[in-house]
Amino acid sequence: MGQWLTSFPGIRLHIAEPIDHFVRYINITYGAFFVSSKKLLGAFISAVNALLDLIPWWLAILAVAAISVRCLKSRRKALLYGGMLFMVGLFGYWEMMCETLSIVITAVLFSLLIGLPIGIALAAVKGADTFLRPLLDAMQTMPTFVYMIPAVMLLGPGKVPAVLATVVYAVVPVIRLTSHGISQVDEEVVEASRAFGASRWQTLVKVQIPQAKPTILTGINQTMMMAVAMVVTSAMIGANGLGMEVLIAINRMESGRGITAGLSIVIIAILLDRLTQGLVQAGKEDPQ
Amino acid sequence: MRQEPPILEVKHLYKLFAPHDFRGDRKMAYKLLELGATRKDVLETTGITAAVSDVSFEVKRGELFVLIGLSGSGKSTLVRCLNMLHRPSRGEVLMDGEDITQYSEAQLRELRRTKVSMVFQHGGLLSHRDVLGNVAYGLEIRQVPKEERQARALEILRMVGLEGYEHEALGSLSGGMKQRVGIARALANDPEILLMDEAFSALDPLVKNDLQFELLRIREQTGKTIVFITHDINEAFKLGDRVGILRDGRMVQVDTPERMLEQPADEYVRRFIHNVNASKVLSVRNVMTVPGCIVKQSDGAHVALTNMRTSGVSSAYVVGEAMHLRGIITLEGALGVREGRLTFEEAIIKDVPLVDNPDLPIADIVPLAAKAAFPIAVVDEDHVFRGIVTKASVLSSFVA
Repeated sequence: MGQWLTSFPGIRLHIAEPIDHFVRYINITYGAFFVSSKKLLGAFISAVNALLDLIPWWLAILAVAAISVRCLKSRRKALLYGGMLFMVGLFGYWEMMCETLSIVITAVLFSLLIGLPIGIALAAVKGADTFLRPLLDAMQTMPTFVYMIPAVMLLGPGKVPAVLATVVYAVVPVIRLTSHGISQVDEEVVEASRAFGASRWQTLVKVQIPQAKPTILTGINQTMMMAVAMVVTSAMIGANGLGMEVLIAINRMESGRGITAGLSIVIIAILLDRLTQGLVQAGKEDPQ
Repeated sequence: MRQEPPILEVKHLYKLFAPHDFRGDRKMAYKLLELGATRKDVLETTGITAAVSDVSFEVKRGELFVLIGLSGSGKSTLVRCLNMLHRPSRGEVLMDGEDITQYSEAQLRELRRTKVSMVFQHGGLLSHRDVLGNVAYGLEIRQVPKEERQARALEILRMVGLEGYEHEALGSLSGGMKQRVGIARALANDPEILLMDEAFSALDPLVKNDLQFELLRIREQTGKTIVFITHDINEAFKLGDRVGILRDGRMVQVDTPERMLEQPADEYVRRFIHNVNASKVLSVRNVMTVPGCIVKQSDGAHVALTNMRTSGVSSAYVVGEAMHLRGIITLEGALGVREGRLTFEEAIIKDVPLVDNPDLPIADIVPLAAKAAFPIAVVDEDHVFRGIVTKASVLSSFVA
């Protein structure tokens, strides 16, 4: 009596166990589906990796320098970014970088494949925002490790669950900014398009998406950055690459190894960010 | 021609905006409006905003019909009912006798692609496209082949005076030029009816004047029927064959400008016409231009003659230290000095028509402009020469 005032009463909601059961149930029932989708996605990642391995190191560095000169209009940056990529090779992480990049690229591709249509639909359907916003918020704030558990349960350890968890985490900005960009398009411009007899589809393709392009591209850039940020976390479920190096370094208390691997990840992030932004800017300067 | 049916006929048109769709409230709103209730009453009793209530008018083929009203009078809503961007709540909009309020989505698209085009207040232009891409937009929507639509767009650009700008980015254009692009885009579809929603309202007075003139010329050239929306009574009277005044969603009077001036339907119309006229704001500064030819007092007659010859004018303004205006020297005067009949000082005409306040309303300098032999010189309070105002620019800045 009266205890419930000072400490939380003895009532409990046991949902952790049903969730476990549910995941296990799905795992057993749809096991075959997960196995084949894992194979498919795994093959895709390997293909991307193989493609990256095909590019000789000097060509990659030259390409980075060339993009810097053309899009960022700076020889100093060309030298800097090319040099940074060269450094990754000097650290001995070139192959691992390709491995990590294959995960990041695959995750970004799938995020865009899912995120762009959802973002467009979100802007088109009034009220959809009210339902999806809390979900998107939750997806972004949920500790990323939590996605790992069902991903591993369903797909087993490796790169495939890593890509899956990365997509869940990284898809949010592209959805958000696509939808935001499209609904921010000047009302009068959309109205004008209608006034000329454009169908909804024509207005979307010829007016709303092109007008929202800068915002959408910002979303894609952010998605890419978040995918890179997941590299170390996804190493915890067995995704090889630079993230794994960091993890090993932590376990063995090898500061040097941790720092060089970590620096390589930072370099990847910086290069992806600056070069894509450069490409966007170059696209903005000469429309069509 | 006399008995031709109107191209556009609006009959008892209502547009209600309801926060919710409750049939009972709507019925009550109609009832109240029919009884002559004001918009405010209807809003308070039913929660419904009556943007347009019981508006009827007709527009003849080839007519320039102006709808005028203050902001919130329902004019923008009304014009959007004419191409069904807003679906009217009740009433009919007849185009060539067909009620377009009954049209399906597909029929409406066809109507907007071929028969009715619109020009928007801020242009509503596509900033990601160049001028040509914007003008060709309507044709693109109609799936006209690329070659053909570009040829057509170029032709229209020539008509609105934008030749040579076809590949400019929109951002590099001035407000007046953007609005020309808007007009060109609307004309490219070769519509029968052109709707213009406050198309010139955001422009500064001089550019507005240019475009008004341009519109009248285009209309002469193409014979289009135009429905023009404005809140500026001067603009309405200058452009309109007939003018309809809207107040709180209702049509107060439809008449020719002349009849409206002679017999305003009520006190509101009378005040509307009077007030706006009195508040005309164009000042000397707005119409001032750079003088064609200036000579320094220290230069003398030879320089004055050379300058006049190169500028192709027969008089020059003489300025002293720090651009202080001294007067005008004419060709005859300068020749007199060269032949030794006069001194340079004697040749300067000191009695120049002068305004010493650039912010003076233009209306105030009309008498001066009417009798002046030279352009009016404008100086500021320190007698520094700022520019000139020609007789023509004073008169052309006058509206209606």
